[in-house]
Amino acid sequence: MTGTWHDVGRPEDVPAVQDTDTVAAISRSPAIHTEELTRCFGDLVAVDAVSIDVHAGEIFGLLGPNGAGKSTMIKMLTTLLPPTAGSAQVAGFDIVRDPTSVRRRIGYVPQALSADGALSGYENLLVSSRLYGLTRSEREERIREALELVGLADVADQLVREYSGGMIRRLEIAQAMLHRPAVLFMDEPTVGLDPVARRVVWGHVRHLRDLWGTTILITTHYMDEADDLADRVAVMHQGHVAAVGTPAELKVAVGGEATLDDVFVHFTGASIETGGSYRDVLRTRRTARRLS
Amino acid sequence: MTSYAPAAQPAVSPSPWGPVAFLGHVLTVVDAETRKLRHDPVELLMRAVQPTLWLVVFGQVMARLRGVPTGPLRYLDFMAPGILAQSVLFVAIFYGVSAIRERDLGVLNKYMVSPVSRTALVLGKALSAGIRALSQAVVVYVLALLLGIRAEWAPLNVIGVLLLILMGSAVFSTLSLAIACIVKTHERVMGMGQVMTMPLFFASNAIYPIVLMPGWLRAIASVNPLTYEVDALRALMVRGGASSIGLGVDFVVLLAFVAMLVAITTRLYPRLVV
Repeated sequence: MTGTWHDVGRPEDVPAVQDTDTVAAISRSPAIHTEELTRCFGDLVAVDAVSIDVHAGEIFGLLGPNGAGKSTMIKMLTTLLPPTAGSAQVAGFDIVRDPTSVRRRIGYVPQALSADGALSGYENLLVSSRLYGLTRSEREERIREALELVGLADVADQLVREYSGGMIRRLEIAQAMLHRPAVLFMDEPTVGLDPVARRVVWGHVRHLRDLWGTTILITTHYMDEADDLADRVAVMHQGHVAAVGTPAELKVAVGGEATLDDVFVHFTGASIETGGSYRDVLRTRRTARRLS
Repeated sequence: MTSYAPAAQPAVSPSPWGPVAFLGHVLTVVDAETRKLRHDPVELLMRAVQPTLWLVVFGQVMARLRGVPTGPLRYLDFMAPGILAQSVLFVAIFYGVSAIRERDLGVLNKYMVSPVSRTALVLGKALSAGIRALSQAVVVYVLALLLGIRAEWAPLNVIGVLLLILMGSAVFSTLSLAIACIVKTHERVMGMGQVMTMPLFFASNAIYPIVLMPGWLRAIASVNPLTYEVDALRALMVRGGASSIGLGVDFVVLLAFVAMLVAITTRLYPRLVV
């Protein structure tokens, strides 16, 4: 079990948006823009000429069975993996030509539980804040604020290996937000979490967007997650985007009393349970085990 | 859909991103590692076993042989710097395993999407390995007191020894990191470490002088960074010890190895997260 979701509301001292020029610049351009983005591994085309736009301030769900190309998309957009062809801009900067500018403006919550178990929660946040170049006074203030926001202030000095899975996820969300990224990437953020912890994480994700207007791209193969959280979703299948739209639009497109599960099956021709390489399954299991 | 205010940009504070920030990032990586050691120092105690065995068992027996031409030094005095260099090597050569673990845990991904330069990350890791290695120096100095090894305690000499250990550790830990980036699995990094340790150790002047070696082994020893590390340690760490290569040459060669391996590993590092 994990802690409960505290709705702390919007702190008084959090500035909304100060710089009007920047706002105008962002509003004109999407937070994420890809053009024919492609990545091959040998003969395998993992991502095949994907062109999508994610609007600023949007929660965008990337759906698809294992092996559909979601993780490869995230790796390219977070500058971990260079594309084979095509281009992409994240927060207004090109991922190939200006990766450092992209990195300064994005946050990332990987699928694996990536908080360092050998450090305390506070220390994890401290390391991140230093790597992102926050000044000493900013650091202390934002770490305290972040710990309160995700309800971990009481356990800040405990080693993370003593945390539950849900607590680690909340810490990672706090960690990814310390430098107030314009775009936050979350790769399967609730894999292995129990239903209550999942809802807590969803609450935090929505809260971040409402608080700071962060654009959030989230990959998932839980349809309830996409239905609950995402403003728009893209269904990926074998490296292609099979459909894009709001969950409601896609349900209408499939027709009848369609659920998002039906939408998924319709566009991918696959059941959610099938597919997935040995390595994918292993990784998911490993994450789930660490969470339990 | 509701429209929301876009996130303020630039998201990052206007702190400098020059050399000062670079150094800050290196130190942040080192700081994270030392905090982990403080939380769990058991590992360091385990590491004391090996040099103790070498000096107490191997060293005591070999000292009776009197067949090794060690110049003015007693054998145990001759060997102590070699054993220190060796135990630093044995710790550092498996350092790549921790990079694999960090990759599997996703910690490395998180470092790699941050705007910190890869060079700062690699240099930070190299120095972190060095911090672990410094504990070996403490162990060997304590053993020196217990076994009556004639250690040189002049502050400048001790500082020189610590610098050499940081450099030696940086050489072999970045070598291990580079290998980790290529072979990519825990088992293979361990295997490569096993394959490399003994040749590096025996093709060096750690426990016998180079003059005893046949020509081909001498040739290998002359391109082995461990040889230069031991040579300089011998000059600084024990009373009456002297460098047979030249202290300046030793330091320059080691620095060159560090620079080369950090540069190579920096290029290879992103491959680990792909």
